[in-house]
Amino acid sequence: MRASLWVRMDTWVRHMVPVGVTFALLLLTAIPTHLPALSGIVPMLPLMGVYYWSIYRPDLLPAWVAFAIGLLYDIIGGTPLGVNALVLLVVQGVAAGQRRFFLGKSFLVAWWAFGLLAAGAAGATWLLVVMLYGRALDASPVIFEYLLTMGLFPLLTWILARTQMAFLKEV
Amino acid sequence: MKQSGAVGRLATLRLMAQRFAFVSLVVAAVALMILGKADIILIERTRTAVADAVAPILDALSRPATTIAEFSESIRELASLRAENARLKQENLRLQHWQTVARRLDTENSVLHEQLNVVGDPDSAFITARVIGDLGSAFGHSMLLNSGSRDGVRKGQAVLSGEALIGYIAEVGDRSSRLLLLTDISAKIPVVVESSRTRAILSGDNKSRPKLNYVAGSPSISVGDRVVTAASGAAFPPGLPIGVVASVSDGVIRVEPFIHRHELEFVAIVDFGLGGILPFEKPAMPERRRRGADN
Repeated sequence: MRASLWVRMDTWVRHMVPVGVTFALLLLTAIPTHLPALSGIVPMLPLMGVYYWSIYRPDLLPAWVAFAIGLLYDIIGGTPLGVNALVLLVVQGVAAGQRRFFLGKSFLVAWWAFGLLAAGAAGATWLLVVMLYGRALDASPVIFEYLLTMGLFPLLTWILARTQMAFLKEV
Repeated sequence: MKQSGAVGRLATLRLMAQRFAFVSLVVAAVALMILGKADIILIERTRTAVADAVAPILDALSRPATTIAEFSESIRELASLRAENARLKQENLRLQHWQTVARRLDTENSVLHEQLNVVGDPDSAFITARVIGDLGSAFGHSMLLNSGSRDGVRKGQAVLSGEALIGYIAEVGDRSSRLLLLTDISAKIPVVVESSRTRAILSGDNKSRPKLNYVAGSPSISVGDRVVTAASGAAFPPGLPIGVVASVSDGVIRVEPFIHRHELEFVAIVDFGLGGILPFEKPAMPERRRRGADN
């Protein structure tokens, strides 16, 4: 029995939610805040999006989407092309590969694992950029970004979980 | 049994396809890094085309963000209204004195210009653009602007905020462009220390205060000296203010720019009719080789 056109369209739109949300997170990081305290310190929101969806709905955020979001990240942010693409791709691969470990575990475990993965991602990004520029970069903004990202993780996970419950509970 | 075997094979096949796709994407990312390093024109075009495509969304998103920022700013200002008023009164007194001096010097200058038949500076045209994208400073100091080549923006043009130079245009798309700030790791600008006329190169290193490198002659640079653009390289007109020397220690001279990145909302892209700094330009090699072959 084939589902009607409307049902299929509805499912299709719902399946676009993870990609759309991650894309929205990327755009959100690009908004100029004009806040002196946050000058140039931006949380790694797309990373959180990729991490969350890779664990809970890896079928809706496949590797090539993580790659594409990373490329867009590089283009908007002006980082050398391919750096964030590679980092987000690897994060997707690791998170989706270890998802059995996360399912049913407490939030603290997810936070702790994200801490490890985000540290790896931030370090790898820094290392790749240093290699591509051929000059050492100041690491302190990276560390601040990492801490800000870790602080925002509970809030964002809550929002993403609500989004998942609202749109993707049955499909 | 037979069916489950087929299903199993299909699953293995699918897993292998997924692995293969993953590995090829990794290879693609690494290839992009290497190609990007080689400054290939196609890569740059793709970059600007994609930036053009996202620019309208970013433009729309940055407007409410600005309103919120303005609102919080006005609340902060309200708190320090009295102190600010006193400060402004004092500054006004000082500036009135300067106005008198400037008027006198202006007339004197125009008289002297006339006597010496000085050729005037070329007129400059400018475009005002909004900052629509800013992805932090950890890996580079650049911003997306909402004007591109269709508004007359060209690569290498100077970008000012008020009177001060803040950077130059590094990439131009159709309706968006990338502003490279002076503090970016790849930004280098010929400058002059105003009081001593010492020439140097201002080079960013992704910190909020760029360094003065290649200081010419015996430097007598002290904290508080103004740094302005130099005429060398014919990139920018001489005398555009940049900042003041903030620290001199162990031979490292750092400059505090007049404008900080969080203050940037509208910027002026100025065409002085000069070459500007062209970051990715390469000499036309193939043509020369062809001419050599003809001879």
